[in-house]
Amino acid sequence: MSAISVALTGNPNTGKSTIFNELTGARQKIGNWPGVTVDKKVGVVEYKDRKFSVVDLPGTYSINARSQEEKVVSDYFAENKPDIVVNIIDASNISRNLFLTVQLMEQGIPLIINLNMMDEAARHGIKIDEHKLEKMFGMPVTNTVGRSNKSVRVLLDVFTNTRMANYQPSEIFKQHIDKINAIKASGQSPEKIDEEIITARYDFIDKVMAEAVTVSAASPSLTDKLDKYLANGVTSLVIMVAAFYLMFQIAFEWIGQPLADMLGEWFEETVAPAAAEAMAAAGVADWMQALVADGVIVGVGAVLSFVPLIFTLFLILSFLDGTGYMARVAFVMDPIMRRAGLTGKSIMPLIMGYGCGVPAIMGARALDTHKDRMISILITPFLTCSAKVPIIALFAVMFFPDNAGDLVFVMYVLGLAVAILMAKILGHTVFNENQSTFLLELPPYRLPDIKTVLLETWDKGKGYIIKAGTIIFAMTVVIWFLCSFNSEGMTDDMNESYLASIGSATSVLFAPQGFDTWEAGAAIVTGVMAKEAVVSTIGVLYGADEDAVDTDDAEGTSEVLMTTSMATAFTPLAALAFMVFTQLYSPCVTALGTIKKEAQSWKWMGFAFVYTCAVAWIASMLVYQVGRLLGFE
Amino acid sequence: MTLKDTTAGMTVRIDEVKESPLKQRLMTMGLIPGTKVEILNSAPMGDPIAIRLRSYNLAMRKDDAAHIQVTAI
Repeated sequence: MSAISVALTGNPNTGKSTIFNELTGARQKIGNWPGVTVDKKVGVVEYKDRKFSVVDLPGTYSINARSQEEKVVSDYFAENKPDIVVNIIDASNISRNLFLTVQLMEQGIPLIINLNMMDEAARHGIKIDEHKLEKMFGMPVTNTVGRSNKSVRVLLDVFTNTRMANYQPSEIFKQHIDKINAIKASGQSPEKIDEEIITARYDFIDKVMAEAVTVSAASPSLTDKLDKYLANGVTSLVIMVAAFYLMFQIAFEWIGQPLADMLGEWFEETVAPAAAEAMAAAGVADWMQALVADGVIVGVGAVLSFVPLIFTLFLILSFLDGTGYMARVAFVMDPIMRRAGLTGKSIMPLIMGYGCGVPAIMGARALDTHKDRMISILITPFLTCSAKVPIIALFAVMFFPDNAGDLVFVMYVLGLAVAILMAKILGHTVFNENQSTFLLELPPYRLPDIKTVLLETWDKGKGYIIKAGTIIFAMTVVIWFLCSFNSEGMTDDMNESYLASIGSATSVLFAPQGFDTWEAGAAIVTGVMAKEAVVSTIGVLYGADEDAVDTDDAEGTSEVLMTTSMATAFTPLAALAFMVFTQLYSPCVTALGTIKKEAQSWKWMGFAFVYTCAVAWIASMLVYQVGRLLGFE
Repeated sequence: MTLKDTTAGMTVRIDEVKESPLKQRLMTMGLIPGTKVEILNSAPMGDPIAIRLRSYNLAMRKDDAAHIQVTAI
């Protein structure tokens, strides 16, 4: 017997994903709907010898195909006839939720109306007569309480026993359809027709509300009380900054980074020697041993070291998102972001950009318009991600020992200033198609469903490991090759390697910036692979013992490097220009790969690479040339 | 009076949603003439504002609120 197909549809914030997760558990597959960056979630569940294949359609308020999500839903119903369509309704917000119900039924789609969060509705003084609701629509009505297994079993029973063909729209709904058809035939302008149809739908909903729903006055809800602090005036801004500070503390100091360090250590001290031993014992060719030890293991280690950080960040963000707080963050930040040509919703991805650009770029998919998404993705690389900090710190301590702290701060501000400037420029040139808007539901605060939070974290984190992992892994091998070979074969002297040739070729570009040495050129090239590589490349190339170059310890590293020729290779002004360049130039390959994935085009990845390099080149040249005119060296 | 001119704590009724790029989205979200709206709170510097209608909360910018004609009740 073939599987019964079930489609879940509903507004955002209705607990639809929670129901989907409860239904299918970990047996779900997440892909993309064709042509858009909207997740497609499909899962399978077996119950009483029946097999159900469940699709979780994106949450939408309507199906007018105005957004990517709406287009996915309307295309889905145009092309598929699922056996059962479940319309999940947030019972505490039934009036607006029924808009989608009415619209779906106008398309002739029979559906099960599932009232979710009935407990919350009762607390808000909302009582729904399910029997009357059934009569008004002519469709079966069920109810669930969000995250309980029992509710889900009730749904599965309903799926098993319901034959949608037995249900017909009610007489009163047929009258509503007649009215809609009359409006469509009225010969007015398309806009006017659309507006009259919307009004007619709410007229019908108001009739349903009067018949089947009673709303009694309830005391102010917890949400209202919290919003007086969390989404009101200047207090909300202070609380938000504290919340983010805490988030970064957790991710970078308390959990994520320590785990990352442990993993890195284990890899270096246990896995790498074990692999080397095994290869030596097996008599593997020397070059192969070197490739695995210095290329593959280092590369895999680099990927692994990002994983705990990314997972911790995603976990916190999924949790906050589940509580409803993220909507408040967007609300509170909108006045500031609007002045930069963005919207409040862009704040989340950008804040993440100070940790790591990869989750920041992935986070942009939550934004409303193509314009907002693209601008957010394209300005993220200018921000000071955690891997750029060692570069800035090293150069600041080495060349500006008296003002090192100030200089690091200036670099942070510079990154932000360039990001805002580029947002404005991109918004007026490349993406001037439409203005950005800000219309956002502030859902009630809720305790998030842990299963949903974990599944979301796993899903996003897994995507990072697979996509980014393959690219960064491949690039590590390539760089290893460039460091260890030249046209005559393998070499132990890096000065003779392909990397040295590439470095000197690249360095020609940086004569106007004053740092046209091949070492600087090579560091810039390896920095494209990973920003962490800039400091280690410089350390190795200037002859410092590799172990002395600890990226966490700028002062120790700078003391060692001061004794080498690096101290004289850069003038202070050239060092400043180098800092400016590395702060702004191309995102690392992991980030580039993520841009390719999120923008779904090689073209935008290429654009991101070229334009950030151009901006960095110009800015660093200005620093050097203007500095010289002012008499600095 | 428009929704832009209201202050927190007021309750108003929508008279008309004027032409704007957001008009249809606003109407879809339930801002229909006759709908009762409570003004709740606002972001720092007073914009955007949060309102309640049809038992849910919605945030919008004042520029968009200026397109919504209301009467205090």
